[in-house]
Amino acid sequence: MSRAKDVMEVPEGWGFVQTMDRRDFLKLTGSGLLVLWSVDPLPGQTAAAPQRAAADFNSFLHIGADGRVTCLVGKIEMGQGVMTSLPQLAAEELGVPLSSMDIVMGDTDLCPSDRGTFGSLSIRMFGPTLRAAAAEARAVLVQMAAERLGLPVADLEVREGIVRSKTHPARQVSYGELTAGKRIERHLDGQAALKKVGAFTIMGQSAPRRDALEKVTGKAKFAGDIVPTGALHARILRPPSHGAKLLRADTAKASAVPGTRVVRDGDLIAVLHEHYDEATRALGLIKATFSPSPSKLTHETIFEHLQKVAPEARTTDSRGSLSDGEKSASQIVEQTYLKGYVAHAPMETHSAVAMAEKGKVTVWAGTQTPFPLKTQIARALNIAPEKVRVITPYVGGGFGGKSASQQGIEAARLAMASGKPVRVMWSREEEFFFDTFDPAAVITIRAGFDAAKKIIFWDNTIIGAGGRGSALFYEVPNHRTAVRGGWNANPAGMHPFATGPWRAPGANANVFARESHMDMMAAKAGMDPVEFRLWNLSDPRMRRVLEAAAKQFAWTPKPGPSGRGFGVACGDDAGTYVAAMAEVKVDKATGRVQVVRVVCAQDMGIVVNPEGARQQMEGCITMGLGYTLSEEVRFKDGVVLDTNFDTYELPRFSGVPRIETVILDSPDLAPQGGGEPAIVTTGAVLANAVFDAVGARVVQLPMTPARVKSAMKG
Amino acid sequence: MRAISFSLNGVARKLTVDDTRTLLWVLRDDLGLTGTKFGCGEAVCGACTVLLDNEAVRACATPMSAVDGKRVVTIEGLAHEDQLHPVQAAFVEHLGFQCGFCTSGMIMGAHALLLKNPKPTRSQIIKEMEPHLCRCGAHVRIVQAIESASAAMAGGAR
Repeated sequence: MSRAKDVMEVPEGWGFVQTMDRRDFLKLTGSGLLVLWSVDPLPGQTAAAPQRAAADFNSFLHIGADGRVTCLVGKIEMGQGVMTSLPQLAAEELGVPLSSMDIVMGDTDLCPSDRGTFGSLSIRMFGPTLRAAAAEARAVLVQMAAERLGLPVADLEVREGIVRSKTHPARQVSYGELTAGKRIERHLDGQAALKKVGAFTIMGQSAPRRDALEKVTGKAKFAGDIVPTGALHARILRPPSHGAKLLRADTAKASAVPGTRVVRDGDLIAVLHEHYDEATRALGLIKATFSPSPSKLTHETIFEHLQKVAPEARTTDSRGSLSDGEKSASQIVEQTYLKGYVAHAPMETHSAVAMAEKGKVTVWAGTQTPFPLKTQIARALNIAPEKVRVITPYVGGGFGGKSASQQGIEAARLAMASGKPVRVMWSREEEFFFDTFDPAAVITIRAGFDAAKKIIFWDNTIIGAGGRGSALFYEVPNHRTAVRGGWNANPAGMHPFATGPWRAPGANANVFARESHMDMMAAKAGMDPVEFRLWNLSDPRMRRVLEAAAKQFAWTPKPGPSGRGFGVACGDDAGTYVAAMAEVKVDKATGRVQVVRVVCAQDMGIVVNPEGARQQMEGCITMGLGYTLSEEVRFKDGVVLDTNFDTYELPRFSGVPRIETVILDSPDLAPQGGGEPAIVTTGAVLANAVFDAVGARVVQLPMTPARVKSAMKG
Repeated sequence: MRAISFSLNGVARKLTVDDTRTLLWVLRDDLGLTGTKFGCGEAVCGACTVLLDNEAVRACATPMSAVDGKRVVTIEGLAHEDQLHPVQAAFVEHLGFQCGFCTSGMIMGAHALLLKNPKPTRSQIIKEMEPHLCRCGAHVRIVQAIESASAAMAGGAR
């Protein structure tokens, strides 16, 4: 209980600053030190181009006369915890207590432009820039202190926001005193030195989550919880199937419902009412006729279809000669692996609230991409981008699915058309219909090993998943990876609905295929699957991670299937290396898989917030149970058959195993991604554990009881 | 339309509403209590869980006619002034949430469980919480939080 009490004592202002408008911002930044950033930084790009005018108000950090530090970031908080970890980075480099930090996130009027919160990039790619900004601010402040105190910079140190002399500690000045009454602007040039790992006092420590109090008390505001005065809910008329076109709509009965307005803006027909449930009822009174969908595909025929229509193979990686390798092979294993479409299914459906006022449109949206959304809204309304402001409150889960934010555009269009603030909250059925699913995939691997049980060739053709996660970190002298289509930029008609990035896009399918294949080869070689991997692995970083997992799991070598139900899989994603081990029980009568235990070890470089990192690993493993065991979007003729959680089965409490996480000490590597890596191994580690338990190889995800039973029959 | 009288977070309320409307949208749209979340609309996710006479119910499937004369407690009514309820405190301590969208329902579900069974076993917790979905995968920590809240309440906390 003591920890909860500590959190209770966290000062006001720790949460989101959600109410700041431009005037507040000007007031805030009217004095103090402001570190400015240039234009939209691309991932990996930290060099600054300091041309951007201060009038654009895009800055990273502001230090006020009261000593409070405001951190402005274009990233958003969707549960992954960057609201807590990003201020840790800044506080560490600045030398201020974490409690003096405020954070403003995902507001396109206040924050530096950002492409979006995805790809485990926030800490890995944006983090260094934020640290550099903080280091720059510290260098400026120390220089100012040197002048104020008449002491050399070398004699000064910073603690808790106070610059003091190392030799005469009484001579000191606080950041607040230094910035009081001044307005100092600095453009980031990335020259200031960053702190060394050994000197960290805030990074590497588990900080209390800033969102904790608001989330346990119901005070946290998500987009659907923001209610401007006079706001109306909009329920939108939707087609019954993908590709269906509206032929006619009779809205007379809906319009007749008291308090209801029917609004039409081009193809968008919506019923507006102050109450969501009453808008929904009125929507049901619209008599609409749609043309049938041209699609004749189903979740069963899709794999054949994909093989026919996927774009030409593009070789993404190759080495040596496959035919030479094949000549030296003593055993060859060829297998095709399948994975169905998977929904993001965040608990918060896509939601947005839009308000048009004095020629400006403000949209509060549950989005992973506020800045691109701003551009899309401006285009849809045919107004200048500076007339659009997107504000991102707490996002109730994203997982890649809120990189697409159609609901924000819908709310903006309806607000313009109706002259009222409009709230759009997709129903669960709309969520399943418009979700940008993780694409179905067909992956064929043909690989062989020689007499010494060394893998000699590896030929991998990936349809649908793209190349992420397919890299071979094993030693293979002759290999080729060919990719046919990914989650985006596919030819029209390849998928019957939208596809998009889903937590570690493509990697879940690719790691499932590669690591299942490694297991099949280990079994064919008569070797223990961990030993077979190590025998073919020289990358010291991956060896260390695999050995750490084996140690935690207490793995003892035995060739599969051993009957123990143990599985192993390795993966790399977002710069992080991961190894998972699992124990499963398989009910031979029903084919049902119960996961007993999962051990996951990862090397993610320097860890900013260890407890936050563990939460992400546990979340990855738990979410991964879904695509591995039960989740698959079913559809027929353009109709998405799964419309809610009664048929689309998310992981539940009873299916969650004991989870043990191991984070390797890795002080020499900059912080790497944490939100995605631990999910990529789940498919293979469980498929391999099922094989070890019952000797049956399941090659299609999800491993439903029926598929496990079918594999057991051979 | 009919007059519905009930107690909401300890305060007597009287509303004149269409009694076929659901408690969820009356709470959110008529009364401005947005802590209770809309997740599925069909009582299959648990995000809108509130207490009705100390029993956990899904507000999205509870018509206002069923609320008449009853006591409703929502997430907003759980903390007393600035003092978190032990279940809330345990969720903070164990970080039993990530995005926070299922959290109100989880906490209300756990609270209802502990009211009828102050010392649940782990398997009783899992059984009771089974209808509650969490997409972020905070399950392990939620179970720990409920066990910890149970222990704290047995120790004399409210």
